[in-house]
Amino acid sequence: MAQDILVVGELADGALSATTVELLGAAVRLAEGGRVSVTLLGSAAPAAAAPAFAAGADRAFVSGDGGYEPFRSDPWVAAVQAAITQAQPAVVLLAQSTVGRDLGPRLAFRLDTAAAMDCVQLAIEGGSFRATRPCFGGNALASYSFATSPAIATARAKSQDALDPPRAGATGETVALPGPAEARTEVTGREQAAATGLRLQDAPVVVSGGRGLGGPEGFRLIEQLAAAIGTHRAAVGSSRAACDMGWYPVSQQVGLTGKVVTPDLYIAVAISGASQHMAGCSGAKAIVAINRDPEANIFKAARYGIVGDYKLVLPPLIEAIRALD
Amino acid sequence: MHFVVCAKQIPDPETPPSAFRVDEAKKEVIPPQGIAPVLSQFDGIAAEAALRIKEQTSGTRITVISLGQERARDAIKQVLAMGADEGVLLDDATFQGGDSYTTARTLAAAIRKLGDVDAVFCGRQAADWDMGQVGLGIAELLGWPCAIIASSVQCAEGKLTVKRVLADGFETVRVPLPAVVTVSNELGEPRYPKLQQIMQAARKTVRSMTPAELALDPSTVGAAGARLKLERLFVPVAGGDCEFMPGDTPQAQAVALAKTLRAARIL
Repeated sequence: MAQDILVVGELADGALSATTVELLGAAVRLAEGGRVSVTLLGSAAPAAAAPAFAAGADRAFVSGDGGYEPFRSDPWVAAVQAAITQAQPAVVLLAQSTVGRDLGPRLAFRLDTAAAMDCVQLAIEGGSFRATRPCFGGNALASYSFATSPAIATARAKSQDALDPPRAGATGETVALPGPAEARTEVTGREQAAATGLRLQDAPVVVSGGRGLGGPEGFRLIEQLAAAIGTHRAAVGSSRAACDMGWYPVSQQVGLTGKVVTPDLYIAVAISGASQHMAGCSGAKAIVAINRDPEANIFKAARYGIVGDYKLVLPPLIEAIRALD
Repeated sequence: MHFVVCAKQIPDPETPPSAFRVDEAKKEVIPPQGIAPVLSQFDGIAAEAALRIKEQTSGTRITVISLGQERARDAIKQVLAMGADEGVLLDDATFQGGDSYTTARTLAAAIRKLGDVDAVFCGRQAADWDMGQVGLGIAELLGWPCAIIASSVQCAEGKLTVKRVLADGFETVRVPLPAVVTVSNELGEPRYPKLQQIMQAARKTVRSMTPAELALDPSTVGAAGARLKLERLFVPVAGGDCEFMPGDTPQAQAVALAKTLRAARIL
């Protein structure tokens, strides 16, 4: 059954965010012929409408008012609420991002409905929307249906597939949204994290080290492995245990309380695979585990494994990867 | 100033994955044997954030509220031992089995009943269901602003100054009181109560509030009021098909891994 869907779009560096493109792809599949709308807010929004149509939107609710930047929830809630009133969607999709973490629950309570956060699967089952998400630190998955409408869901980055191919040259309807409502929150400062090359969340490959490294010097081999794969492709991560012991910066922590990463390849070195760590990396397309303990939990999630001491495995692995090219 | 800290008792998130079990028919987690439930880690950090302000602002008192069964009293006692002043336990049977909506609704009603609350401190998410909605829900229901995922919270001149953790850095925001703030692990470790404080906490008041006292229609709380319907709870089948690299030496295994990753077009 066709149903209308609204995607809350986000812009990054003046373009549609990668997750917005993925959500629009998901929306086209879930709509089953229904209408897909997107909200675009901020000075780059008018220029983002055409890419949003190519990514799957039929209609864009747009305000190019710079007052929507930086994100503050009061004006965003009001704008998205206005779009929802017009579009009457059955489902509202957001990214599990700085914006979506705030806006998803706010919209749910404002509209007297419900939200499911950080979903990894979105589906229509028996004609109704079903959202599936990890819980209990990634130990379990929970599937939800919604007793109220619209259903609201935030989705994890890279959990959904963009339209392939995009609808090149597609056009759609543009609806103007009013300028920003007043915000109770005042943003007084912003610090960008030290730009040390590739961001952990963006890296196609993440090489992480854990407690089994035995000390901070173990991370030198981890860094060499990442460098052998390519500094433009591989970033270095760490388990919470290793961060807690001060072996590596907390900014690189992967896990429930650190970064959630969804790379093509995740190499877990001397990491046992505690559930709170798996919550941060289980979305990887492939996991490689290198661990001395053949019973380590990480091997249950891994596609490829080596049982062995990382000090003996990594030097020849670094050589072998360098020799690939 | 009067602060509220929301505290939840949860199954220990450090439970090893091998001891984690789900009853798929009841759609419940089976409590692991011999592993006691704990205060959700982020709620302990929320208490820490409130206590740091209390230390610098004379006349500040902190009420800790927990929605849960009788055993949630332990979570309340822990926050009282850290330095909170009194507790409220919402353990009526009609409150059980709800979702983020009913939890926020019930907590908001209790906060309204307290009457003079200036700020509510919640963890960024409960470390069991990991939803991260209740703090924002309380704010929406009370009509208050909310700052989420805080790494530091300061209070001056009727405003909270909150440093927030973003995906790629930090942001500092100011919100007028009354307000809700949700607190992240970047704030730091919660304090560890001294024995004397634990003994003092045993004498602090923990009162109950019933749905009638909170003027809550039983059909809007607990399982009856839930908007999210849990259709399925299951432990994902984790591959179980790990391909171990052949070879008698680490060298041979490492070379096999590099070749395998290349053949699979992963590297």
